[in-house]
Formats: sequence, C-alpha cells, structure tokens
Amino acid sequence: MADYDKPLPRPEQEELTRPFWEAAKRHELTIPRCKFCNQFFWYPREVCPVCLRPDWDWEQVTGRGRLHTFTVVRQPMNPAFNEDVPYAYAIVQLDEGIRMITNIVDCEIPDGLAIDMRVEAVFDDVADDWTLVKFRPAS
Amino acid sequence: MSIRGEAAIAGFFELPTQKEYPGRSVLGLMAEAARGAILDAGLRKDDIDGLITTEGINSITVCEYLQIKPNYTTSMTAHGASGCSAIATAGAVVSAGMANYVLCVFGESRPRGSSRLRGESQARRPGAPSRASEWESPFGPVIAANGGYGLIKERYMYEYGATDEQFAKCASDERFNAAANENAVWFEKPVTTEDVLNSRYTNDPIHLLESVMPCSGAAAVIVTTAERARALPNPPVYLLGASGPAVRHDVIWQDDDITTTPVVMTAPKALQMAQYNASDIEFAEFYDCYTVLVMLTLEDAGLVPKGEIGNFYESTDTTYKGEFPINTDGGQIGAGQPGLAGGFRHVVEATRQIMGRAGERQVEKSDLCMVNG
Repeated sequence: MADYDKPLPRPEQEELTRPFWEAAKRHELTIPRCKFCNQFFWYPREVCPVCLRPDWDWEQVTGRGRLHTFTVVRQPMNPAFNEDVPYAYAIVQLDEGIRMITNIVDCEIPDGLAIDMRVEAVFDDVADDWTLVKFRPAS
Repeated sequence: MSIRGEAAIAGFFELPTQKEYPGRSVLGLMAEAARGAILDAGLRKDDIDGLITTEGINSITVCEYLQIKPNYTTSMTAHGASGCSAIATAGAVVSAGMANYVLCVFGESRPRGSSRLRGESQARRPGAPSRASEWESPFGPVIAANGGYGLIKERYMYEYGATDEQFAKCASDERFNAAANENAVWFEKPVTTEDVLNSRYTNDPIHLLESVMPCSGAAAVIVTTAERARALPNPPVYLLGASGPAVRHDVIWQDDDITTTPVVMTAPKALQMAQYNASDIEFAEFYDCYTVLVMLTLEDAGLVPKGEIGNFYESTDTTYKGEFPINTDGGQIGAGQPGLAGGFRHVVEATRQIMGRAGERQVEKSDLCMVNG
C-alpha cells in the first residue's frame, strides 16, 4: 500500500465528505439522502440538489446496482495508471438510482463487461486512510 | 419575441487552424481575426460597440487589448457551445438595441503555457481540489473528453445498435471535406473508413481518428441588425432562429439520459422562431468533438429520427458534394479544434457557405443551414 502512486481522493470540502470515506474504510457504502424530499443524490453537496434544502444525512446502501456504461481505457490521463491498461472506467447506477464513476474489477476486460449487467460494490483499500469503492460482476 | 429578420452576420474572418502558432498569444491571434472580420464587413474598428468572446478569456481583457470600447461585452461559459451561444446572444443584443455591431471573436494558442489568459487552467491546475479530484481522478480517467464520449458511444451502440463502421463513415466524410479546406489542419489528407477503424483506440470504443486534435487558431464574426447588414458590402446572413445554450449537466455521469443531448430542448425552439421545419434544412454545421456527438445532436435536432443516425451515415453522402452536406469545412474532426474557437468554426463555415464564398466546397443548396454548438 505504501507504494500506491495513483491519485488519492482530494476532497474540496473535507468535513462534508469525511463520513463517506470513513464508511468506505469500514467497507460500507453510504450515500446522501435528503431528509425532506427523501431523494438520494450523488455527488455530496451542501444542499440536496433536488429541493435545495440543507437537511440530509448519510444512508448505508447495499452497493448493488447495474453497469450503466463503460469505456476501456488504453491511454490514461495520469501515467500512474499505465500499468493497469486495459481497465474499465465506468458509470454504475445503484439500485437507489444514483450514478457514480468507478472501475469494474474482478472480470475480463473488455470481454467480461456488458452494459446493464448486475454489479456489486467491492472495497479497495488502496492506502492506509483511503478505500475506493469499485464494483465487480454480482455474485 | 424573436430575432427573426432582426439580426444578421455581416462579415467573418478565420485564421488557418494549425497545431501551433509559435510565439503567438491567443490575444494576438484574436486581434488578427478581429481585424479581418471588421474589414470583411466593410466597417471600421470604431464602429464596433459590442464584443463577445469565450469561456476562460475575460472579454474585458480582450476589449482592452484591441482598444475597443463597447457598450456591451461578455464571455460565454457554455464550453463547446460557446461559439453558437455567442451568435445567439449577439443576435439578441442587436435586436434589443443594446449594441449595433457586435464582434464575436474566439481563439486558442497552444501549448497553453504560451497564453497568459487562462482562467480555466488556473482553476484546474494540479493541487486545486475539485469534484473531479475526489470522485473521478482516483479511478483513472481518460485524457481530454475521450472518457465521457466513450461512455456515451458504448451506451448508444447498446441502445440503438449502431455499428463502429457507421461512426467511422462520419469521420471519413468530414476528412474528405477537410481535404478541400486549406484552413484545415488535415488539408489534402483524406482518410478512408477503414483508416478510421484501424486507428488505435484511445479508449474503446473511441478510435483516435474519430476524435478532434487540439490546435491553435482564431476566428471572428460581425453580428449586426438586418437593416444595417443590408447597407454593408456582403450579402447578409440572416439569423432566423436561435435557442440556447441549454444545459443538463457538466459531467456526463450527472445526466439522466446520456444518449440524448440538450439539443432536444433547443432545436424545436430555434426552428419555431425561424418558421421552418427540420426537413427544410439544406445543410448542417454541427459541433463534432467526437463522431458520437455530431451524430446524436443531428438526431436530437430532428434532422434524422432517433436511433437512425448510424443507418443515415451508412446510406448518405454527407460530404460537400453529397445529398445532405454536414460539416462542409471538415468540422473539428477534419479541420482541427482550436480550443473553443473549434465550436465557433461551425458558425464561420455556415456563413461562408451562405455568402457563397466556399469555393470548391460550395454546396449546391446553401440558403438554409442549421448550426449547433
């Protein structure tokens, strides 16, 4: 882990998203949900982007969803990823409806990828303080 | 309210698109384009009382550099759509009487370090945390916008069954047009559909040759009232209808429907204002950073039924010689992308064609064009 030379998450507002990253370290996926209009949303903002009220909380979800789309990376923007090509850069839609950028892992690239296939979250402990939420084909 | 019959383009100028203009600043290139457009319109610099430029370049700085003192100035902030948005805004400004002669001027000089006017790169320089640095960068994005358009193309092919060959035909038609455009970076360098398919993937399913190449260049257009345009030397290019910029998201994973573009919002309004149907359009100049974008927006504008654009390209000659010409200067895929002046090139080529000044590339029917940013 000490050798991990890829970019770690760099939050704009550390206080705002710390609960997400702490949950990820516990291998839990939590998503913002508005207390007023009940909507899940992603990415975290100071206010619910649906009703613009500030009252929302983190809610733990199952981490199950479907692969909305993907692209197979051959030429990463950051050379630190060169060792991983080809890899899948993807949009996953959770069953709660929100969509996030992630990687699809634990499958053949590109042959194991299929749009709309079921996926589940996996937690990649890339550094002592950072765990990335990735996805794999659902078991 | 409408700008129909109220506003027109009276002149234009375009510098050749090149990989670099060594030693030239973006402001210097823009100044050269501005002078060319003012002269082409038969005006003097002192006539200019409006100036619109692009995202990342403060229009006030441009005014000062050019020593133009307008009543109205602004910078567009609609990414690639800034070029078309500038024309729509200029049309509204002259129609409302807020200015009489609006200079719309766009440019880029690469490498970007050569420019001292990069608000964008300041905001995004390494070290500044952002939405991307937290939620995208850890997953290894692709260079430039390739990733987003790869995500869109993969989903579009899945939903509608378009083939890679059909996308490649779009690129080879544009390269055919660029081969006849001496201002194009790929002048006299056509490619075949097979060449496109054989070019490497930057990221599947995006081939290198269906992507734009970042370039340098500049262009300018003068927008004025229809009445004033009629008193100037060039045949007026009337702005019949406009709408936008419409927005649904900044990054693609924030959009609900990634295979439909905001053109579904703007095209009906623009056509209604123009009092034409999509079927009346004779040729199209459409934003084309990637084949998939020009193809989706042609559908969303109503020029081709949704889901049919692949078959359309397969069966239609879209070159300047063809039955429905698209991106007759080569578009950005063929002529190059000088930053946000890339999206502006579609306005410039539409103007050139309608004025009858496209030379070898002159299309047969050149009265009614739809332009998209």
